[in-house]
Amino acid sequence: MNIFRNIFKNNMFIFLVLIFGFSVTANSAEGTTFKNLKPGFSFEGPFGKFDKESLKRGYQVYSEVCSSCHGLKQLSFRNLSQPGGPEFSIERVKEIASGYSITDGFDEYGEPLERSMLPSDRFPRPYGSKEEAKGANNGAYPPDLSLIVKARADGYNYLYSLLKGYEEEIPEDLDIGDLSYNPWYPGGAIAMYQPLYDESVEYEDGTLATIDQMSYDVANFLTWAAEPTMEERKRLGFIVMGFLIIFVILMYLSVSRLFRDVH
Amino acid sequence: MTDTNDNQDPSRRDFLYITTAVFGATGAASVAWPLIDQLNPSASVSALSSIEADISSIPEGGSMKVAWRGKPIFIRRRTKEEIELAEREDSLNLPHPEKDLDRVINKEWLVVVGVCTHLGCVPIADSGDFGGWFCPCHGSHYDISGRIRKGPAPTNLEIPPYEFVSENIIKIG
Amino acid sequence: MNHDYQYTPKNGFSKWLDKRLPLMRFADENLLSFPTPKNLNYFYTFGFILTMCLVTQIITGIVLAMHYVPNTSLAFDSIEHIMRDVNYGWLIRYMHSNGASMFFLAVFIHMFRGLYYGSYKEPREIIWILGVVIFLLMIITGFMGYVLPWGQMSFWGATVITNLVATIPVIGEPVLTLLLGGYSVDNPTLNRFFSLHYLLPFVIFGVVILHIWALHVTGNNNPTGIEVKDDKDTISFHPYYTVKDLFAYVVFLLMFCYFIFYNPNILGHPDNYIEADPMLTPAHIVPEWYLLPFYAILRAVPDKLMGVLLMFGSIVVLFFLPWLDTMKVKSARYRPLYKIFFLFFVIFCLLLGYLGAKPPEGIYLLLSRVSTIYYFAFFLVIMPILSRIEKPSPMPIGISNPAINNTSDSDGGVSGTPSYAMDSK
Repeated sequence: MNIFRNIFKNNMFIFLVLIFGFSVTANSAEGTTFKNLKPGFSFEGPFGKFDKESLKRGYQVYSEVCSSCHGLKQLSFRNLSQPGGPEFSIERVKEIASGYSITDGFDEYGEPLERSMLPSDRFPRPYGSKEEAKGANNGAYPPDLSLIVKARADGYNYLYSLLKGYEEEIPEDLDIGDLSYNPWYPGGAIAMYQPLYDESVEYEDGTLATIDQMSYDVANFLTWAAEPTMEERKRLGFIVMGFLIIFVILMYLSVSRLFRDVH
Repeated sequence: MTDTNDNQDPSRRDFLYITTAVFGATGAASVAWPLIDQLNPSASVSALSSIEADISSIPEGGSMKVAWRGKPIFIRRRTKEEIELAEREDSLNLPHPEKDLDRVINKEWLVVVGVCTHLGCVPIADSGDFGGWFCPCHGSHYDISGRIRKGPAPTNLEIPPYEFVSENIIKIG
Repeated sequence: MNHDYQYTPKNGFSKWLDKRLPLMRFADENLLSFPTPKNLNYFYTFGFILTMCLVTQIITGIVLAMHYVPNTSLAFDSIEHIMRDVNYGWLIRYMHSNGASMFFLAVFIHMFRGLYYGSYKEPREIIWILGVVIFLLMIITGFMGYVLPWGQMSFWGATVITNLVATIPVIGEPVLTLLLGGYSVDNPTLNRFFSLHYLLPFVIFGVVILHIWALHVTGNNNPTGIEVKDDKDTISFHPYYTVKDLFAYVVFLLMFCYFIFYNPNILGHPDNYIEADPMLTPAHIVPEWYLLPFYAILRAVPDKLMGVLLMFGSIVVLFFLPWLDTMKVKSARYRPLYKIFFLFFVIFCLLLGYLGAKPPEGIYLLLSRVSTIYYFAFFLVIMPILSRIEKPSPMPIGISNPAINNTSDSDGGVSGTPSYAMDSK
């Protein structure tokens, strides 16, 4: 282990390594004042995979509750059947898609044509424009949820905490006006009314739809929605890292052998 | 001091170096695959690689054009006379001999890729000397079975993979 | 390695080629048999690692440009298209975004190494200056690249940084308008940033060639800072340093791959996954981590124009390094005082990086100011003074000769005529 001893012998090494760690922590040091709940998700960790059943339930909650105000514009229905996601059957996806319609193209008189959606179509948007969305929601814009998990620090835990974190009792020193109180939301006053109540949906698989369960499922679903390629990424990562570890050992042996006679 | 001769067992040294080199080369080569594969059609493009067309509104003798993989598809509902003509001409000395029956699933419906086999222009319907299509770019004439009859195009209009999902729906691709 | 060694073409074709385009001779002299000090440690592998970083960024960048759309209404969605739909698009994009961080990490280590071992000193001034040019180009390229995803941080980072130009008296405003192609960061800005972000890496590549060319004229410095005296001090570049560099690169790759595959977004900011909104500024605007030290210097100064000048000055001062530190002894190994000041310098640089991410108030502001002062004092005060007063510790006679040089003329081994090992060729 000559090489490593040599590296550590050098007293500037430690400081240089710190550059990185330092900057990384400096960069990610922000966060909400309230510490997020951590229910523990199956997709966490280097070998994490999505819980397909939870994703399916999460989609159900999204489509029955969230989708009335929040879009999911980066997703197409076909994504619901691709590997590494909820993996609905293709027939089921066709059925889901055909439940929505879209204007596409024109007939011979120039009138817009309406057709039912196909798996290749994007999820429908709840509002035609940002202005319409604001108008319908007292001036607050319900953000698109495609990337919400990546767009918030500690996204999925935050989302889970937020969804189940509505509280009736408002602290006395907080004036929230027409808004709702949610200690997990920065500032505490959130424009979104509490969206989930026990049995807001009736799960197809018979799971009891508690607020906790639904929050968990939606956080799961939206994590997948933010990065549908996560499972592929971790799978490929395992192969690459494995390869590199073996290669690095071979390289180490080669270097030691090569330099053995250099004094 | 900088003697580079390895006085150890040379075969062991070679084995180590060769293994390392092979490993490295394999790794470098596999990096190429993502860089090549990204050139292939993306998932959003592939998702459109099969389409369904509703043909219920086409009258006898009429036709419609749909886009499939960025190319026009001609769907023609042929009349009895046109079918007879096409079958009669099977016996002629055609530049690219094909029987009309081999070019259709249902005789009434001709489905062809509307791209001239010469250099990729889109032929015009109901024109040319043979009652089918005529390509304005270099003057290729196609008959009512989409077969090349005159002009520079080497082969008949291509038939896309398709099937009748129901009486009125054709799934192309 | 023998200095009388000459490349000799072995077969008919290489003889024929050698007379017309001595490509093989060039490769042999510069890559294979190039005499390199035999005592280079792992800090000297970062040159190769950086070359690989540049190549990786260029290749992945060309691929990304095949799918990216530089238009304000499509840019953000086209990145998501790459992430979701393009085959291996997520991999290539994560390689590129994390690759930028790896590139800067490696360049910082490379520069600190140069500072520690005195690699900027005679006769290597040009190598150092070209290196600073590369660093400057990297910063510009990295900044423009960060704008392209058109997220909130892209937009507001671009707004804040381009507005620095407006602080220049008289011409500031018109120059800003010229730079942006409008009165705020918008589609024309995005388009030109994309164009330049594509161009500059090739400019960097050109300067890298000059950087290496200059290096091959003087030969490498080494951890002792004592110039190569004869063949005993050197080994051929290949296979010794090709293999050693490659080993270091694979170790580096392990870390790189950890980020790509297991933590691809930790080095970025969540706000950049929100599409740019010119009407809504995020609570905190922070640049990418590698620009934080400079951002901290900018904000440490109460006067806006002075802040901008100091920020640019913090890089410009590097150009003058060879003439600020005139001490003959190169390596900090034999400079007990410089070594201590250098360690403080590293600490203050790290501190600046940390402070760049904090709001400029209270203790943070105070610390930023102290660090900024030390940063400049290190170059402008400490280095010139140390050059005069520091007494180097005993040094070996040569790279291969550990015996202590008792003559102690503190000339750092460059006694008499500079012995650029290569000139005997």
